[in-house]
Amino acid sequence: MSLLDFARGPALQWSIVIFVVGVLWRLLGVLLLRTRKDHSAPRKEAAWKGLRLIALRSWPRKEFLGGTAFGEVMGYAFHIGFLLALFFFVPHVLFFADIARGLLGTDLHGLTGLNWPTLPNGVVTLLSAISIAALVAVLIHRIVSPVKRLISNFDDYFSWLVTIAPLATGMAAFAHLGGWPYEQLLAVHLLSAELLLAWFPFGKLMHAFTIFAARGSTGMLFERKGASL
Amino acid sequence: MTETTPTTREPDPLEFDQPRVSIRKPEHRFDTQGEAPDAVRVERAMNSFVRDFGRTAAIYMESCIHCGMCAEACHFYEVTQDPQYTPIWKLEPFKQAYKREYGPFAFVYRALNLKPKVTVDELQQWQHLIYDSCTVCGRCSLMCPMGIDIASLVSQARHGMFKAGLVPHELAAVTERARREGSPLGATPKVFADRCEWLADEHEVEITIDKPRADVLCAMSSIEIMKYPESIVATARIMRHIGADWTFRLDGYEATNFGLLTGDAATQKELTLKIIHAAVACGARVVVLPECGHAYTALRWMGANMYGKPLPFKVMHIAEFLAEQVHAGKLRLRKVNRTATFHDPCQLVRRGGAIEAPREVLQALGVELREMYPTKGANWCCGGGGGVVAIHRADELRHKVFRIKMEQIEETGAELPVTSCANCRQTFDDGQAHFKWDKTMHSLLELVADNLVEDEQ
Repeated sequence: MSLLDFARGPALQWSIVIFVVGVLWRLLGVLLLRTRKDHSAPRKEAAWKGLRLIALRSWPRKEFLGGTAFGEVMGYAFHIGFLLALFFFVPHVLFFADIARGLLGTDLHGLTGLNWPTLPNGVVTLLSAISIAALVAVLIHRIVSPVKRLISNFDDYFSWLVTIAPLATGMAAFAHLGGWPYEQLLAVHLLSAELLLAWFPFGKLMHAFTIFAARGSTGMLFERKGASL
Repeated sequence: MTETTPTTREPDPLEFDQPRVSIRKPEHRFDTQGEAPDAVRVERAMNSFVRDFGRTAAIYMESCIHCGMCAEACHFYEVTQDPQYTPIWKLEPFKQAYKREYGPFAFVYRALNLKPKVTVDELQQWQHLIYDSCTVCGRCSLMCPMGIDIASLVSQARHGMFKAGLVPHELAAVTERARREGSPLGATPKVFADRCEWLADEHEVEITIDKPRADVLCAMSSIEIMKYPESIVATARIMRHIGADWTFRLDGYEATNFGLLTGDAATQKELTLKIIHAAVACGARVVVLPECGHAYTALRWMGANMYGKPLPFKVMHIAEFLAEQVHAGKLRLRKVNRTATFHDPCQLVRRGGAIEAPREVLQALGVELREMYPTKGANWCCGGGGGVVAIHRADELRHKVFRIKMEQIEETGAELPVTSCANCRQTFDDGQAHFKWDKTMHSLLELVADNLVEDEQ
């Protein structure tokens, strides 16, 4: 079995299994915990309106912007770059369609008649480069900022590594870097993405899911009291 | 280990001749209570912390991405730039304990020993972060991009610290006094009754006590009873002015709840139930809480949960009650032609939701309100909440924090700083004395009482 076969076969399957089972285990492990009934008289009956915090907290209040702008801008830069490259790069879309056909027997086009939109390769390259640059910036910030250095642990650095790795290996594969055989570059790229998937449930990457639960919970609790959101 | 409180010890003497009321500065600090061995302390702290865990707190624990932005919201970090004051760092041992003992992957952490067991030494170091340098003001909770209510986790950590017997000397002492005497600052029923009698004579106002049935039950805070007794007079005057059927009751007059601040849940419940039972006994329709932020949290938002069912009466902070009277046209006020600025008590405004009520009262008083920046929910804490003002060793740090408030207020150029929390007020008094500042914090309640129209007639 070649490295690429391994990356496309068992490594892919196992990383997806670990990702799905791990994410469900961690999410259900907290979402199924009990909550105590709150007997206090609400100030506002429609506590669900506090769910707006999910959107609201996506940007800090103006009072806090000064000290957090760097983190916010860099954070958005690497998240947006990463997600656009992941979901709108032509080879990725073909790869996902292939997986979909394997699992469901059809793809998005077969299901809905719609085509998944894609971005030109040049745009994806630029987005990946921006994302890598922003990730490097946040790593440097994590190391030089006394606050971030103090509160950081293995998870912060390892999650950073597994996030930047697919971007870096993807760009390397696209550029056919260093005269390496393309198949090996592609295999390394796939393996790095699979490492991200397999690590995902265990570290801070889980915030991709918990962010909605945390903001939503606080939003509803605070809205009920009429407290500041 | 630092010195442990001896089991037989005279209660710490209280000190009333200083700008803030607390116990007298202890010659020997006893920041460790009880006789339990170290391992038992740690176990108690962690068991208590994780046992309290419900879904929401667990979600919070799973969500932190270590972005450090909460530091920007914390007044203790703002003035020191010391990373240890990063709000989420104040919970570090408890985060470790959660991952190791309670989280969905706890078995992995334990099996591979990925998170070491927390030690008593660590917890003792963290006492400074959990008590001395956190006012539970919740400004960080407003900043966290993940939406984690960090302040609620600090309260939960305090429960663990109390169970472990690792509470700062002053807070342990006043909470113990509250448990024994019903008041943390010696405002026993006899002291309260005597004060009311003296105040009624002195100010020629009727102060109703122990009326068997009343629509409105009023409560005071021990800081007001012992340091600002004019607040009792102000309450009585206002109640008479609006023609309320009201009373104080000696079985439930003290709204201060050091159980909440210390993390002593049993004492918190006991103190809360006193007011609830007193209100039920007199058939009160409304309980009016004093100018005290945490008293509002304790009864308005936590009271019913201590009671185990909805309260059969409405709970209002005095500022909310006054605003309601303004809207009902019952409060006729003389116009105060001065400029004022309002200091938002964190538990009342940011975390309590009574954001506009105090401002509506100020508007009725006709003052020109000059808001600070930032204001309302994002306003800076005075630095004395959460029991911090009572802790002597925290004075230096608290005074540094107080500079923020002085600057904020000076920038407004307002003549009258006003607030609606006696604890904030005494923190301002203390800061004023320390910095020899020329601004004195005023009580909204007393400002209203001083400007009732009938007083002129």
